[in-house]
Amino acid sequence: MPVRLRIQRFNPETDSAPQWREYTVEVEPTDRVLDALHAVKWHCDGSLAFRRSCAHGVCGSDAMMINGKNRLACKLLIKDVKQPIVVEPMRGFAVVKDLIVDQTKFFEKYRAVKPYLIAAEPPPKTERLQSPKQQERFEDTTKCILCGACTTSCPSFWANGEYVGPAAIVQAHRFLFDSRDQGAAERLPVLNEANGVWRCRTIFNCTDACPRGINVTKAIVEVQNLLVARAKDPRGSDAAQ
Amino acid sequence: MAAPPALSSAYGRPKPIGGMDLWSWYFMRVSGLALLLLALGHLVIMHLINSVDVIDYDFVARRYVGWFWRGYDLLLLVLAMIHGLNGMRVIVDDYLHQPAQRRVAAWLLHGLGTILIVLGVVAVVTFRPPVTPVGVGQ
Ligand code: FES
Repeated sequence: MPVRLRIQRFNPETDSAPQWREYTVEVEPTDRVLDALHAVKWHCDGSLAFRRSCAHGVCGSDAMMINGKNRLACKLLIKDVKQPIVVEPMRGFAVVKDLIVDQTKFFEKYRAVKPYLIAAEPPPKTERLQSPKQQERFEDTTKCILCGACTTSCPSFWANGEYVGPAAIVQAHRFLFDSRDQGAAERLPVLNEANGVWRCRTIFNCTDACPRGINVTKAIVEVQNLLVARAKDPRGSDAAQ
Repeated sequence: MAAPPALSSAYGRPKPIGGMDLWSWYFMRVSGLALLLLALGHLVIMHLINSVDVIDYDFVARRYVGWFWRGYDLLLLVLAMIHGLNGMRVIVDDYLHQPAQRRVAAWLLHGLGTILIVLGVVAVVTFRPPVTPVGVGQ
């Protein structure tokens, strides 16, 4: 079936401002928006630039704004979106070209929360064990694929690009609530800054945008509550259970 | 090379947890809950139990004989003012980025807040009802 797309194009070498172009391509209703973008790139205009890698909702490369909402182009079916399909780069990042955005700062904030296991004891001979219940505590935030859909759907982030953002908080949550991790003392000060978790205004755009269905707002509030608990009792146990 | 990160504590010695942003967030949660109950109580008494046309000077004077309703109104006033102003401060913090603009906004908010709170507190505290208010205890 013919599908109409309205894509925001920007070439920093020739354009002073982004501009809209329309394309009509032939795809199946059960194809994904990514297939339509491929059709444009392969058959209409080879200069169209966008990121994609796995094409199966795993790598998080192709988050973009589709019909006003941040989505993964590879997970959204043509039959589920209204035409013309309006495709824009994620908001709040500088556009490198067309749908490709500059994620340097995004990953800087990701690294700032130390998204890796920090354990005091030396590694044991076998695995570091934990109960299914302990694992459940942070299960939801392990699903993050760092696509950036949450952070770039957040009005707080649009207003202030220095805000650490939902994605980094989700990553911090994944380790803060892991019984094997003792890095809270290193992570919490970053999250407690004015540009840390306190910029969350509980807008829920992030939860709505997450292609993995992570309850992002809940994770943020859990980190906020953890900080308050830590402020009331600075000697609280290091692993946040 | 990328610009240095804005999150300073990612480097250097960890600071203790606490501070203005944390407690202001906590205050908003607690005062929000308190305000919900206080405002609902106010609404029920002033608009559901009593209709607006029976609320006059005598009605207020009768309520203000003791300190309970004064305390209630004071709490409602002070919490609502600080909650609202803190909300405004947060919005200013989000959307005004130039230091000069921020300074002006902060002065305006603090000034306005102080004037309104002082006016309200003075009205509630210094109000002297007539010695034997008409219809006490009705
Ligand atoms: S291309 Fe990998 S998540 Fe869509």
